[in-house]
Amino acid sequence: MIHNIQLPLTGKDIRKLKAGDEVLLSGTVYTARDAAHARMVKKLPFMIKGQTIFHTGPTPPKPGTVIGSCGPTTSSRMDAYTPILLEKGLKAVIGKGKLGAEVVSSLRRNKAVYLIAPGGCGALLSETVKAARMVAYPDLGCEAVYELSLEDFPAIVGVDSRGRSIYK
Amino acid sequence: MRTVNAKIITSQVKKIYIEANTRITPEQTSGLKRALAKETHRLAAKALSQIIDNCRIAEARKMPVCQDTGLPVVFAEIGQDVRITGGDLNTAINLGLAEACLDGYLRQSVVDPLTRKNTQTNTPAVIYSRIVSGSKIKITVVPKGFGSENMGQVKMLKPATGVKGVKDFVLAAVKTAGANPCPPIVVGVGIGGTMDYAALLAKEALFEIGGGQRVRDKELAKLSREILSDINKLRIGPAGLGGVTTALKVNIKTFPTHIAGLPVAVNIGCWCHRARTIII
Repeated sequence: MIHNIQLPLTGKDIRKLKAGDEVLLSGTVYTARDAAHARMVKKLPFMIKGQTIFHTGPTPPKPGTVIGSCGPTTSSRMDAYTPILLEKGLKAVIGKGKLGAEVVSSLRRNKAVYLIAPGGCGALLSETVKAARMVAYPDLGCEAVYELSLEDFPAIVGVDSRGRSIYK
Repeated sequence: MRTVNAKIITSQVKKIYIEANTRITPEQTSGLKRALAKETHRLAAKALSQIIDNCRIAEARKMPVCQDTGLPVVFAEIGQDVRITGGDLNTAINLGLAEACLDGYLRQSVVDPLTRKNTQTNTPAVIYSRIVSGSKIKITVVPKGFGSENMGQVKMLKPATGVKGVKDFVLAAVKTAGANPCPPIVVGVGIGGTMDYAALLAKEALFEIGGGQRVRDKELAKLSREILSDINKLRIGPAGLGGVTTALKVNIKTFPTHIAGLPVAVNIGCWCHRARTIII
């Protein structure tokens, strides 16, 4: 089943998504990986309530393009931070790989979802990014936080809001 | 004695590092297409199609296949009858890689390990150089992504555990890695030497450096096939979504070791498994 989802996610969207479902995401996400998370848990650079974070660090855009290659990075590296952000209202995380048990239970508790993007497919995914704007931490370079506007970004529900996971 | 100007090394390294990042080889494409043809799991087949599409887009747009354009790892074989002029080898290589990062729009992924301050050049590279016979310079560049590199392991086994111990260790490492290293993966196994040398052998096996696994060694070829078959029984599958192809290839390199030891290392490469070689 493929769901066309407009971000930010609504409570209704979140309830209908089940582990293993395919989604096409359109709307706003925020990029963040290791270094940005370490800062974000202390002070948030954007309103996180209801929002989606994409674990990625893109390559620089070539002239005339919006973004470079932008595939997902391994999400479990952010396991120490993700539950803190979920408690603050984060509703979805996009990344790759299996999450720790604590993050899965935090997703369930906070009625949020984990979405898996195709790993290593940064060129393919760059075509779904229609705009990119730096929001915070320019000193972090590729690890800065960007606001991206997506159109039909493909993903799979990795963990749903009931805590069910696609991975065994 | 033959001389080679360091500038040539710089320009060649730059060229092949960008190429390694933006194009997978025809052999890799056929390997991925074969995996797709035999994939029975729907989501895994879709993941393989996306990977193949991704490589086509990257090549057409001359952009990196993956946003992780790697910590550069370089293997340099320097013929003992060649002299490098106009600069030193390591500087020439790092300069080429820094230019590749800038002009190839690659990511700056290299930081100080403790302060995490970015070097902003995607260098220094990890460089392994060795002196060989002849008057040529052979350089292989590897943009090593850390989704897969983080899943590597090394262990000092007891000799009593033997081949079974090696197999169990490799399988456990791949199982622990799961979806993280972007399967279908390529697995390099280094057996023997010392703790550090086993790890280097694993990386050399992964990228088939110095002849890689000796193909004429029937025992090693058999062991590779057995480990590959066991890995694919794990059903981690493409993108970790289940399915029949968890690994595309297992390469093994061995080196004699001490009577008291059995060092073994596993180095994992993601599906795009990038490397390019130039002979100057």
